[in-house]
Formats: sequence, C-alpha cells, structure tokens
Amino acid sequence: MSKQNHPDKSRRNFITAGAAVATLGLAPGVKFIDVANAGNEPKAVTSEKRWGMLIDTNKCAEGCNDCVTACDKEFGLNETVDGQKLKSRPEQQTHYIRKVKLKNKKTGHTLSLPLLCQHCESPPCVDVCPTGASMRRADGIVKVDMHTCIGCRYCMLACPYKARSFIHEPIENQKPYAPRGQGCVESCNLCVHRVDEGREPACVEACNKSNHKAIYFGDLKDQNSVVSKEMKKQASTQLRDDLRLNTGVRYRGI
Amino acid sequence: MSKIRYSEIDGNSKGFYLVLVILAGMIGLGGLSALYMEHNGHWVSGMDNQIAWGMPHVFAILLIVAASGALNIASIGTVFNKHAYKPLARLSAILAIALLLGGLLVLVLDLGRPDRLIVAMTVYNLTSIFAWNILLYVGFMGIVAVYIWTMMDRSVSRYYKFMGTFAFVWRLVLTTGTGSIFGFLVARSAYDAAILAPTFIIFSFSIGLAIFLLLIMALYSGTGRELGDALVKRLKNLLGVFIAASLYMVLVFHITNLYAAEHHAFEKFILTGDSIHTTIFWIGFVVLGGLLPLALLYSKLGNSRIMIAIASVLVIIGTASYLYTTIIGGQAIPLEIFPGYEVISSTFGDAEKYYAYTPTIAEILLGLGGVGIALIMVILACKVLRFLPNSLSDAVTDPHYKATTAK
Repeated sequence: MSKQNHPDKSRRNFITAGAAVATLGLAPGVKFIDVANAGNEPKAVTSEKRWGMLIDTNKCAEGCNDCVTACDKEFGLNETVDGQKLKSRPEQQTHYIRKVKLKNKKTGHTLSLPLLCQHCESPPCVDVCPTGASMRRADGIVKVDMHTCIGCRYCMLACPYKARSFIHEPIENQKPYAPRGQGCVESCNLCVHRVDEGREPACVEACNKSNHKAIYFGDLKDQNSVVSKEMKKQASTQLRDDLRLNTGVRYRGI
Repeated sequence: MSKIRYSEIDGNSKGFYLVLVILAGMIGLGGLSALYMEHNGHWVSGMDNQIAWGMPHVFAILLIVAASGALNIASIGTVFNKHAYKPLARLSAILAIALLLGGLLVLVLDLGRPDRLIVAMTVYNLTSIFAWNILLYVGFMGIVAVYIWTMMDRSVSRYYKFMGTFAFVWRLVLTTGTGSIFGFLVARSAYDAAILAPTFIIFSFSIGLAIFLLLIMALYSGTGRELGDALVKRLKNLLGVFIAASLYMVLVFHITNLYAAEHHAFEKFILTGDSIHTTIFWIGFVVLGGLLPLALLYSKLGNSRIMIAIASVLVIIGTASYLYTTIIGGQAIPLEIFPGYEVISSTFGDAEKYYAYTPTIAEILLGLGGVGIALIMVILACKVLRFLPNSLSDAVTDPHYKATTAK
C-alpha cells in the first residue's frame, strides 16, 4: 500500500529527463531541416507549361557534335571509372541525343540535325510500359522512373524515334541529379533537373555557346516564349507527324 | 467407346531418369545463363539498343503461343464435345500450364531487372498490353488448374463444361494479347497490324498440336501404352489444316502490306532482301515449316508415325522461324523517321541498311532452359498424378470403333 501512496519517482524522473534530452537533441536537427529547405520548397509540376524545343536545321552545323558531347557530359553517359574501356559495344551504348545527316531523295539537299526524345503528348513508350515507369510529367517532359523500370525494353520497341537506350553494363559514376542503373531503360529527360531550376537543357546551352543557336527552348504554351515566337515566324514540322503524337520537339527546314 | 482409365506413369526405368537428367541439365544451364547475363549486364548478350528483344523473346513467345495452343486439344473435347479428344484433355491442360510457365520464366529472367518482378506484379499501367498480359498469363494458369481439378475430381465435375469453356475463351484472349504485343506497336512497319493477333492464334493451334502430338507419341511409346492409329490420324489431319491456315494468315499479312507503299521497304527486306531473315522466312517458315510438313502429312507418308513426328518437329521449326523473322526481323530494319529523306550518316546507326544480330550461347541456353522447365513439369506431373489414359487405343478413342468391328 505504501508503494501506491508514494510511487517510485525515479522512473518518472528518468522519462522526464529522457524527453528533455531528446528535445534538446532533435530541436537543432528540426531547425537545420528548416534552414536547409528555406527557399527550396518543391513546386508542383503543372500542365500550365509545356516544355518544348524548336530545332532549326538551317543553323545546325554539319560536323558539329557539341550538343551530343554536352549531353554525354551532363549525364556521365558512356563514361568509365579510372579510364577503363567500356564493355558495351557501340550499338549497346547510351544515346540521349544523336546527330543525323540527311539527304532529300528528290532534290539532293542535305541537312544535319540532332535527334532526341521528341517528348510526345501521346508517347507510345508511356502507353506500353507495364509498370508506369515510363511517364510523362504534367509539363510535357517524358522520362523514366529508374526505381520502377523492370528493364523489359517494350518502350524501346514502341518509340518511333529510337530515342531510348538500355543500360547494358554496371554504372558507377552516376550524377546525383540523374539516377541511372544497369538493367533499366533511359532517354533524354530534357535535362529536367536544370529545367526545374529555371535553366535550359545542356544541349541548348552547348549549341548557343558554339554560336550556332540552332535550338530554341521554352514553354510552348507561353505565346511570348522564344520558342513560341520562333514557331510563329516560320513553318515547322514534327517527325512522323502521321502518328499524331503531338511532339514537344519540332524541326524547321525539313 | 469404353470407359477411360487413367494412371500415373511408372517412371522407374533408366530411360525415364535419363530424360530427367537431360532436362535438369537444360534447366541448370538456363539458370546459369540467366545469372551470367544479370551479373554482367546485357552487354554479354547479342542484344543491343537496335535489337532490344533477341533470342530469349523468340523462345518465350514460342512457348507462350504453344501453351495456349496446347490447351486446344482439351477445348475440342470439352467445348465442342468431340469424344475422341476427351481422354487427352488432362494432358493437354497440364502441358498448357507447363509451357506457359517455361515461357514466362525465360521472359522474366531476361528482364534488365528481374529482381523487380514484384513491381510488375503489383503496379499496373492498364494502357499497356504487357500489363494486361501479366494478368492474362497468371489468370490462365489458375483457370486451367481449376479446369484440371474439375476433370480429376468427381465431386466438382459438374463445373467441368463451364471451366473448359471459360479456359477456352480465356486462351483466345490470351493469344490475342500476345499477338497484340506487336500489333499495337504503331511506329514499326513490321508490326502495327491487327491481323497479328489472329495470326498468333492460328500459330498457337499448329504449334500447340505439334508439341502435343510429339509428347503423346513419346510418352506412349516410352511407357509401352497403346496409342491407336485412329487418334493419331485425326490429330495429324487437324495439324495439316492448322499449317495451311498459318500459311494463309502470313500470306494475307504480306499481301496487305504490299498494297501499302509505306510498308514496301519492310516487305522488300523480308521477302527479297539479302539478310538472314529472308532465308529464314522462305526456307525456315514457308518450306520447312509449311509446305514440307503439309506434303508429309497429306501424302502416303502421313501413315508413318516417324513422318508425323518429323512433320511436327518441322512445324515447331516453322513457328520458330516465323517468330524470329517477326520479332528480330521486325527490329532489324531501321525505323523510317524521315520519310522522303535518305540518312547519310548517324552517330547511332540510322544509316544502316539493316541491323545485324547474332544470338550468344547464353541467350539460347536461357531459352532452352524454359523448354526444359516445361517438359520436366509435364513428365513429373504424369508421374505423380493421373494425367495419362492407360490406353489410347482405337477402342477407347474412336467413337465409330464398335460399329465397324461389330459388322
């Protein structure tokens, strides 16, 4: 009975002290998270914007490969650690963007252009993906969720532009903003990490730097964006427009 | 017709164990090949970013198509009430499950990330025919298993007809789904055709029956049970009809394509090109897989069991050839991205006339592992459960047998 009237306070004291220590320990952490997040709240991606490109083939220089080089560097594509040789054969290596030289069969006119994921409004790769790893953001960027891709490669068969690559060997030097891994499929994501920060994709930057300025990038829904204005000026076309995919990448001069 | 009695196979002969050892060896090698490709990455395979689906897919789709066709024998008995086929229904159904399982294993083990199978089983994008197929395949195995149950357990035999019909309808949808994997690919000239779904169904009829014929001939001669000529003759005549039908479907597909200018490049590539696909199409599919077995089955040679077995093997070769030219040939021709233009150069192979593909031994062994799984499952099932009728003599299977002998 005496125990009930005079409870053992040591346990209560221990819990109180423990709570105090925990509060003191956690508080700075919580505060630091606030500090770390300050001004960096993720903004929801909405369909108010649609990111896209206009590629002017008249300005795209034959022999120039700067856009491809910049893309490879940005994502660490086909790089190895310690300068080791890649195990993959050239046709197994990753291409987000490639240069293609064309000749008009009737007129003989030649032109050069970069070919990349066309960021379709109705992307066949997204339709066929069994797990939904291949997806289209509300702002029009088509990308692969590397955490749910099972590597079935159906999207590679479905893409009309051969824009997708399968990662054929282990990868070690991933960039923090672009998770990549063996056994998954990947493609150009329009440098989504840059776009979300208000910057332009690496290929666009490289093309401007080389002074060719063949790629206009911006919001297709904004009538005042550079890309919209340029599209209004002259005719542009979609590759395989017969498929009615409403691509986000358009070409001038073909 | 006398009452049908079923029994397990003895399975204690040297031959039986030899077959098991061979099949286990195939499975083991298949497993090792899968591990080798998963461990190193797919760079050790013949596949690449142009030919993304290679030999494992040919094997897997062959087995999956054969699975749905193997069930046909049971369906003819249950759904269409052909009495001669009823004794075969149990074996037909277990063969269907086994072939499907073998095919699916090959497909899964060739994934870039087979460890994420749980993702494929839990997250479905229902606009994908692949996602639908996952449901169709799993459903098929469950439905056919229940169908077998209604055949083997008298207490549930009242559901036999219903389950047989349900399984039949399901298998038609399943093969439609398999054909549509290619039929729905709008971007490629080789695919994008609704006729691929019924074509795959017809191919399933012929290869399913060919495998079934080979299996019962092997099992009945191996176990010393009687297999009557009446039944074999029925099956081989039916096989001939299916072979002719498969040739017809492929003919219609190509004629339709030849009518459309946009498909001319592909048709030229497959029908008259200088790649291996043209040879495989004409020699492998048309001659070896079509005309030759038709000649064997419908001439006097068709009375010989050896010739029927050869014709059945040829049908398997023919179907494999068709699938090879469809799956790999369909990817081998570069995409027509710039109509009206010729690609002069590209840093990623767009200027190639066609893409070459050489399967590696690992890919072939993985595929054979799937075949091994399917066969070992059937043999073990026959050993532990009553799948095989004691006799398939004419007295058992031929409805007219008594009438003719009574005269």
